Amino acid sequence: MLLYVVSTVFVCYLSFNLRRGQLTPIVWNTLFWIIILFTAVNAIAKSFSQERYGRLIYYYNLCSPQAIIVSKIIYNSLVMLLLAGIGFGFYAFVMGNPVQDVGLYLICILLSAIGFASVLTLVAGIASKAENNATLMAVLSFPIILPMLLMTIRLAKNAMDGLDWSVSIDEITTLLSIDLIVITLSYLLFPFLWRS
Amino acid sequence: MGPVPHQPILNESIRNTYFHVALWMSMTIMLFTSMVFSFKYLRSGLLDHDDKASEFAKGGLFFGILGCLTGSVWANYTWGDPWPNDPKLNGAAVGMLMYLAYMLLRSSFEDEQRKARISSVYNILAFAVFIPLIYILPRLTDSLHPGNGGNPAFSSYDMNNEMRKVFYPAIIGWTLMGVWLIELRVRVKRINRFLRERVANADTAAKVHQ
Repeated sequence: MLLYVVSTVFVCYLSFNLRRGQLTPIVWNTLFWIIILFTAVNAIAKSFSQERYGRLIYYYNLCSPQAIIVSKIIYNSLVMLLLAGIGFGFYAFVMGNPVQDVGLYLICILLSAIGFASVLTLVAGIASKAENNATLMAVLSFPIILPMLLMTIRLAKNAMDGLDWSVSIDEITTLLSIDLIVITLSYLLFPFLWRS
Repeated sequence: MGPVPHQPILNESIRNTYFHVALWMSMTIMLFTSMVFSFKYLRSGLLDHDDKASEFAKGGLFFGILGCLTGSVWANYTWGDPWPNDPKLNGAAVGMLMYLAYMLLRSSFEDEQRKARISSVYNILAFAVFIPLIYILPRLTDSLHPGNGGNPAFSSYDMNNEMRKVFYPAIIGWTLMGVWLIELRVRVKRINRFLRERVANADTAAKVHQ
């Protein structure tokens, strides 16, 4: 997956193939988040479907569904954090770094990594139960993840412009509350998925 | 449909409230009901609840499309563009996509219990994301819609009692009409299930006889 991020960033770099300064901040920001979105979908889609049937039964006997979903969310959040962090580093390295408030940008990456991971983990669980799950995963997850993506892009834009933190409090709280809603729902709903 | 207060920009087109806004309200009520039935299905496991949940979601989707159409006719005259780039419109489009994805998910299962359980889970998740998308996110930015960004609104101080007299019954009326449509579809589903089960029972009885 790491290779996936790096090569996507590099493809973007080569295909834009213009002097670094000419990329407007909005394009820079949007491109980065779209790369992260696709990376997230690809990375997390595998979290249920790659496990063999026997191992799922083993987990089923071993522990409660709540434990499974929480551990999957934590693991996927860490994976996303790693991918997004390295992706951001490499992206800033090749495409230039117009971010003025790096601290806020990192908070933004942290919140979105947790949010993406929790939504996509549950959706991956849903999609893995159906037959053609690669297409289904994209169709099911994009509309659901969009509010989160829009908030993230707005927050990231604030961070890039180096606005005062008090301006972005609204975005941070909304993002945090969406994260919380989604994690609670995954915790409550996953037992029903797990049974089938 | 009764006298209306004259607002700048809106003028007589304020009567679209009775259709567009009332349709959206009753769509929200239907999608909420759909989510409640999904919850009930997960708790009880009765397929009847799932039938209702899916039909309420379909009804909500239908009303959502009608709401989009009435909104776009109105926008064509008021804003001069049937689909301007407005956060509320885009949110609505994404919301519709979400419920279309729900329909797609339903169609991709063979086994009924499995289909019901998994799509119920998705339905609840979709509603939980749908509400912030429609009602919270657009409020954080300026929208062209009346009531946002300093535009004249249908809110409490602009809408007079003459309008309320039509508006509230309109919401109730649209909702009841939707419930009637949904009820018909649920009944058709029940009858189909009953017939299928009878055929299946007859088959097994015939095999036992042989």
